[in-house]
Amino acid sequence: MSTTDTLSWPSPRVTSRPLLDRLHEWVTTVDHKRIGSLYIVYALIFLGVGGVEASLMRIQLSRPLNDFVSPQTFNRLFTMHGTTMIFFVAMPIMFGFTNYLVPLMIGARDMAFPRLNAFSFWLTACGGLLLHYSLVGGYGLYGAGTAPDVGWWAYAPLTAKTFSPGHSTDYWTLSVLVSGFGSIGTAVNLIATIISLRCPGMTLAKMPLLAWLGLTMASLVILAIGPLTAAQIMLLVDRYLGGHFFDTQAGGSAVIWMHFFWVFGHPEVYVLVLPAYAFISEIVPVFSRKAIFGYPVMVAATLAIGFISCSVWAHHMFSVGMSAGSNVFFTITTMAIAVPTGIKIFNWLATIWGGKIYFKAPMLFAIGFLFQFLIAGLTGVMLASAALTWQLAGSYFVVAHFHYVIVGGILFAVFAAFYYWFPKATGRMYSETLAKWHFWLFVVGFHLTFDFMHVPGLLGMPRRIYTYEPGRGWAVWNVIVSIGALFQAAAILVFVVNLVRSYLRGRSAGSDPWDAWTLEWSTTSPPPEYNFASIPLVKSRRPLWDLKHPEDPDWKYE
Amino acid sequence: MFCLIGAESAIFVIFVVAYLFYVGKSPSGPTPAILHAPIFFSICLLSSSWTIHRAVLALKRGEVGSFAGFWLATLVLGALFLAGTGLEWRHLIVDEGLTIRTNLFGTTYYSLVGLHAFHVTAGLLALATVSLFAFFGHVKKEHAASVDVVSLYWHFVDVVWVAVFLVVYVVGR
Repeated sequence: MSTTDTLSWPSPRVTSRPLLDRLHEWVTTVDHKRIGSLYIVYALIFLGVGGVEASLMRIQLSRPLNDFVSPQTFNRLFTMHGTTMIFFVAMPIMFGFTNYLVPLMIGARDMAFPRLNAFSFWLTACGGLLLHYSLVGGYGLYGAGTAPDVGWWAYAPLTAKTFSPGHSTDYWTLSVLVSGFGSIGTAVNLIATIISLRCPGMTLAKMPLLAWLGLTMASLVILAIGPLTAAQIMLLVDRYLGGHFFDTQAGGSAVIWMHFFWVFGHPEVYVLVLPAYAFISEIVPVFSRKAIFGYPVMVAATLAIGFISCSVWAHHMFSVGMSAGSNVFFTITTMAIAVPTGIKIFNWLATIWGGKIYFKAPMLFAIGFLFQFLIAGLTGVMLASAALTWQLAGSYFVVAHFHYVIVGGILFAVFAAFYYWFPKATGRMYSETLAKWHFWLFVVGFHLTFDFMHVPGLLGMPRRIYTYEPGRGWAVWNVIVSIGALFQAAAILVFVVNLVRSYLRGRSAGSDPWDAWTLEWSTTSPPPEYNFASIPLVKSRRPLWDLKHPEDPDWKYE
Repeated sequence: MFCLIGAESAIFVIFVVAYLFYVGKSPSGPTPAILHAPIFFSICLLSSSWTIHRAVLALKRGEVGSFAGFWLATLVLGALFLAGTGLEWRHLIVDEGLTIRTNLFGTTYYSLVGLHAFHVTAGLLALATVSLFAFFGHVKKEHAASVDVVSLYWHFVDVVWVAVFLVVYVVGR
């Protein structure tokens, strides 16, 4: 794969204005690319924070009866780890990529509402800071801190004033509430952008799949964040106005909190995984040198996933004691969602099939995604069965399952996206050697940790325990799991070194290093503030293919 | 605005579900039987949808004066409704002794109706802002699209009231 242009692009850092000026520019920016980058950098910082929290837990669990951290601290660690990773890593990183890429891919000059975009980012950013301020703020200075310790789903009645005095739960509630408003703002913006700002010729059926998946993701955010917001408001009413929503002694219900939380919680999984599908759908064709297989079916499967994902939430609650009818309903819907997901996996495989495959870092991570996401999906189908969940609920098997989805699936896709679009965003090429080191270290670490985490779960190890007795047969598995975390930490270090080093000293990438087909590769790297000097006119799903191959354009066949 | 309305509807749906789920589950204290349907104030709110519609139509035709008249009428009708909610709450708190912490009914009632009243307040602020602009002569025919967005939000607030009214004063009793 050679670059199609031999021009050298000017360095992005020719300016030497004072630092304060440049910072001011970043803080006040309304440019979708800068806001996207802010989201991504912010999420990377919190990925580090959440990773440290996870590592501390793994040290604590690496041997039985360990006393590395206290039980109270352990509770705070898993709460902060979960909340941080979902709300302040995964969501911002997905919003960052969609913010950066969607206008470029649909040939627009910015998002529909640039100022709303900046506002949404700063809301999310302040939410994350507020949550972590709880470590030092309030009563934190007197002791171990008042970070929330109620778990990331904060089940009632743990959150009641009686059981959670002080302000730790309020930090959780308010930070999630604030970042939720930010998410709604971004979702509104994304939908408006995709509906109204597509360049001439780009009908809905000619949009890149990333835009389709972004559209579905944003619609899910609109549907899912509302219930979370409502539930948080109710919790605040309970805690501060003496309400009784979740107060079982006054007739309230703890189970309804679970329903409200998971009505948000399960679509949320798809909010995170749809952008991951989007990255894979863009990367796999380019590195297989083939157009995506079955584009209309991919779009249909996306919409089907979005639709079904709103009716599966209570599979998180099989062990609560719902009626048999509910159990059957949610078992069936949960299994049904595997069908469109399976269609997607087959379509990606069919795209690779017979292609001329280039094993560059983005493709390696994409292939890792395909295999691992398949396994994650299979344990998901296992857990969809209510009967099996009664056995496995609340065990490390569940923890292993959803980390397989989030790390093995989503995070691998995010890494693929990082390497794929890094040359576009910075104008510099990353180091392929370091990227391969990152990939292999992370694959080894990931499988050591999360393959072997299934086993103690099957052996009955409950999640969220801060330590365990020796002689239960869990110890050796926990050691392996903790060693895997070490490999993952090393891999992340290589990744960050690669990003920083390549940003400062990488070789110039040119505008189209991958010989790709979507519009973002038609402008310079990094793209100018206005994205396109003249708004492009497209005739097919692969506008750059048409430009490069005028003798055999796509639009003749679509 | 349609997306925002979608997100807001999701929030309202959850509060409505909570209200319906908890109807009749309070172990003690006042029940929904003490409620009196605020018919007059509901008519005020619902007719304000008509006046704002007329206001936007007038602006689209460029009749600035007629727009200002209908817009102010909307503002007054909305404010009347909010005052009505206030009076109703005063009656409930002072005469019936029902507050948000009395029992489950109080919690769900005040938070559902309060959430709606909060949206009415937000709508009134938007209406008042546009009125100020109109007063200083800054609202012209070319702003009809922007004003239409505000009216969309106001219609949404009205439609939600229909749902809340049915749930609280018809089904819930």
